[in-house]
Amino acid sequence: MAVTIQSLRFRITKRFGAKTVLRDFALEVRGRQFVTFLGPSGCGKSTALNILAGLIPATDGDVWIDGERIDHLPPEKRGFGMVFQNYALFPHMTVFGNIAFGLQLQRRPAAEIRERVRGMLELVQLPAFEDRYPGQLSGGQQQRIAIARALVLQPRLMLLDEPLSNLDAKLRIEMRAEIKRLHTNLGLTSIYVTHDQTEALSLSDWVVVMRDGVLMQAGTPQEIHDQPRNLFVADFMGFRNFFPVQVASVHPDGSVEAAGNGMRIRGRTRHALVPGAAAVAAIRPDDVVVGQQAAGSNSFRGKVEIVEYLGRGNEVILALETGARLWVHTPERVTPGESVTAVFPPEKVILLPPEGAGGAA
Amino acid sequence: MRGRLWGLALYLFVLGFILNLLGIVSHVMVSAFAKRWFGTPLPTAFTTEWFTYAWSNFDLGRILTVTLSVAGAVVVLALILGFPAAYILARRNFRGKPLLLLLYFLPLLIPQMTYGIPLATTLYRYAIGGTVAGVILANLVPMVPLAVFILMPFFEQISMNLEWGAAMMGANRFQVFRRILLPLTVPGLLTAGVLILVNTVSNFELTFLVSGAGSQTLVVALFYNVFAGGVRPVYSVDAMAVMYMTTVMLLLLLALRFVRPTQMVFRLDQPQR
Amino acid sequence: MRRTRAGEPSELDLMATACLVPSLLYVLVMFVYPFLYGIYMSLRPAKVAGFSLANYLTFFGDEWQYRTVWITFNIAVPNTVVVVSVALLLAYGMRRGIWLERTVTTILVLPISLGVILLAEGIIGFYGARGWFNQLLLGLGLLNEPLVLTHNYIGVMLSLFMQQFPFCFLMLLGYISGIDPSIENSARTLGAGPWTVFYKVMLPLMAPGIAIAFALVFVMSFGVFPSAILLGQPAGATRTIAIAAYQQAFESYDMSYASAIAVIMGVFQMAGLVIIVLLRRRMVMAATMGVGKR
Repeated sequence: MAVTIQSLRFRITKRFGAKTVLRDFALEVRGRQFVTFLGPSGCGKSTALNILAGLIPATDGDVWIDGERIDHLPPEKRGFGMVFQNYALFPHMTVFGNIAFGLQLQRRPAAEIRERVRGMLELVQLPAFEDRYPGQLSGGQQQRIAIARALVLQPRLMLLDEPLSNLDAKLRIEMRAEIKRLHTNLGLTSIYVTHDQTEALSLSDWVVVMRDGVLMQAGTPQEIHDQPRNLFVADFMGFRNFFPVQVASVHPDGSVEAAGNGMRIRGRTRHALVPGAAAVAAIRPDDVVVGQQAAGSNSFRGKVEIVEYLGRGNEVILALETGARLWVHTPERVTPGESVTAVFPPEKVILLPPEGAGGAA
Repeated sequence: MRGRLWGLALYLFVLGFILNLLGIVSHVMVSAFAKRWFGTPLPTAFTTEWFTYAWSNFDLGRILTVTLSVAGAVVVLALILGFPAAYILARRNFRGKPLLLLLYFLPLLIPQMTYGIPLATTLYRYAIGGTVAGVILANLVPMVPLAVFILMPFFEQISMNLEWGAAMMGANRFQVFRRILLPLTVPGLLTAGVLILVNTVSNFELTFLVSGAGSQTLVVALFYNVFAGGVRPVYSVDAMAVMYMTTVMLLLLLALRFVRPTQMVFRLDQPQR
Repeated sequence: MRRTRAGEPSELDLMATACLVPSLLYVLVMFVYPFLYGIYMSLRPAKVAGFSLANYLTFFGDEWQYRTVWITFNIAVPNTVVVVSVALLLAYGMRRGIWLERTVTTILVLPISLGVILLAEGIIGFYGARGWFNQLLLGLGLLNEPLVLTHNYIGVMLSLFMQQFPFCFLMLLGYISGIDPSIENSARTLGAGPWTVFYKVMLPLMAPGIAIAFALVFVMSFGVFPSAILLGQPAGATRTIAIAAYQQAFESYDMSYASAIAVIMGVFQMAGLVIIVLLRRRMVMAATMGVGKR
């Protein structure tokens, strides 16, 4: 339906006074992609979105769409759609008035407006809500209207600024699927801003992890999830256990042996590590296997300190004999004080350069 | 580009207004120190004698005493009357509450000249008109509601749970008031206090209508002297104006330690949708 | 603030009543009673026995008196329109925060705190025939004769503007900057230019604040008293209705007639308020026409 863009290319720097909130943030987005800017609050992801929308000016840089430079255009001339965190519906207009707003500005015939608004309301599954005011709707309904209001103009690019963060957990999952469905069915190009890694992984074709205004890693959800390029991304993507080590040997297939603090760990890496270099071995709590075998390569004895029952399994903190603490998610029933063995499957252990050693990529 | 020009125009207007204001205020100041000033950019000679002249000829010592005691009394009484009412209006729901709020709002909305004349008439009928007590009573009419409206949001900010928690720990109503509410509303009391102070000192109409010869405040005395322009040398009137201005400025400096400038005017809340 | 719904139990117990009574009593005795007494008194003219409308008839039968209504409207209406329009323009332009905000607002609070009498004395000097303003214009060769800016209509308008503009500006600035900026942003992304945003989105949202500003400035200007005396011609062109009431009360000592004039003043103020409220309805309807309804 929508005539979407072929490509979006930008390079932006933004400073507020002496503070740099975006440092040479550059990216190329292809048509029909779903791209997510992911990062903690204050990383500059919303600022970047607002600059793309034209709501705030960039300090330096340019934005190109299909070979046309657009960063001098005011927001109303860009033909983008935007959905805001707090919905930003016009409180003095009905649902119909809100969705019809942009069409009326384009001076469309009344019959066409009516038809398109109705179509949109059906698309977001709120057909009987035309005459309500935003104040009479729930948060989820308001967000659907906000999405409909942006989509009805057939935007060539959709910008979504944490649209789900004001909703409760159940509604969030429901709306997530809804957004994905609309994106795919309508053939949109979308840029989505969030601090929630699950949202980013489940929605996107391409995830851009940001910190302090700098792009840390960009890739497919699988790459970001399995192959974080540095400690920050690893930490943000749920790696919880980090062990400082020294590289012992590196094999051509990417597998690495390393040791440190009385632990010998085998894992894999995508970095050019050399024997003798300092590194960090990382593993997710879910990937640690708990058993009773003797200690050996990639398996470590420890005592159970704390067990939290989570329904589907247990979150366990182990005090390893080496002195380190280990977070583990396991379906095994263990009791505090019990001695167990924690096994690190080598393909689940990644080795990263330490912080500050070429971290940003 | 057009946006920039537009913003520039706005700032130029503000600048113009401020220059204008500074001109008005400094004209009074320069004139108060002038020996003679007649059609020149600045006076030819300066003197401070108009201040001593004004002080003795306008009986300023007594007027200043009256002004400050009126203001002090109004602050204390308005807070005592307004504090409990603000608490109830912030905390409780009852039928007729909107009406009650409207009633408290009216003395602030209706200009003082409109209700000042019947109020003055009534006060004179009971022989309170013309006395310092009468001036205090009249000034309390807008100031009690002002205290209520300033204090209300401060009570609304204090979580009910604090009071309930204290009660669960065995505090009775008086102890809750003394140990929880009072300390937590100190900022509100300060805000209300300084705003009432500044407003009472510069409040003209009600004081003008109710005060007599012995109960004039500074601003009323100033009015009579400006009104009788030519009876006294204009420099001495300006000297008195400078003394009034100094009083207000000192109070304003004090006030701005506790409140933001925007709190000095009416607060309009966004309608809750 | 919570709203009371029908059927909800009243939370007005003994303690609550005891807290409300002192201040309520004060407002009743010192505000409501004099008000009602004033109305009563206005219907009991000194020269006539019993109730009579004689005071009101005299007022509207005497050109010297009824002219003050016209004079007062002639000051209050233009002043209100100018003050609110300028303040709105400025506050709208500065809604996203301004440079040196605290300094600017502090300076703007000055004329409010200094009060009208001091401003009047300053304006008489500054804008007077030999004041700095005329000196500057004469010095620049823009004028041959000094402009007469005090002791006339212009003087009153000047003083009212100096007094009420900062008040109105700060009030509107607070109101407008409280409107969620993302509402405006969303209108921009939906294709609305700055002017459309102002007219179709912001104006209806600001309307309640503008209406209150209009009402307050109008009511204040309608009661204009000291600046009309000090900067105007209190016996002529700027003899406002407040001056008429004051003269009856404290120069003729006819409290009954004075009360009648005060009542008339109050009625006209209320009428002005009602007109503003009605205009506000029209304004909102005009701005949302074709947007809210199909």
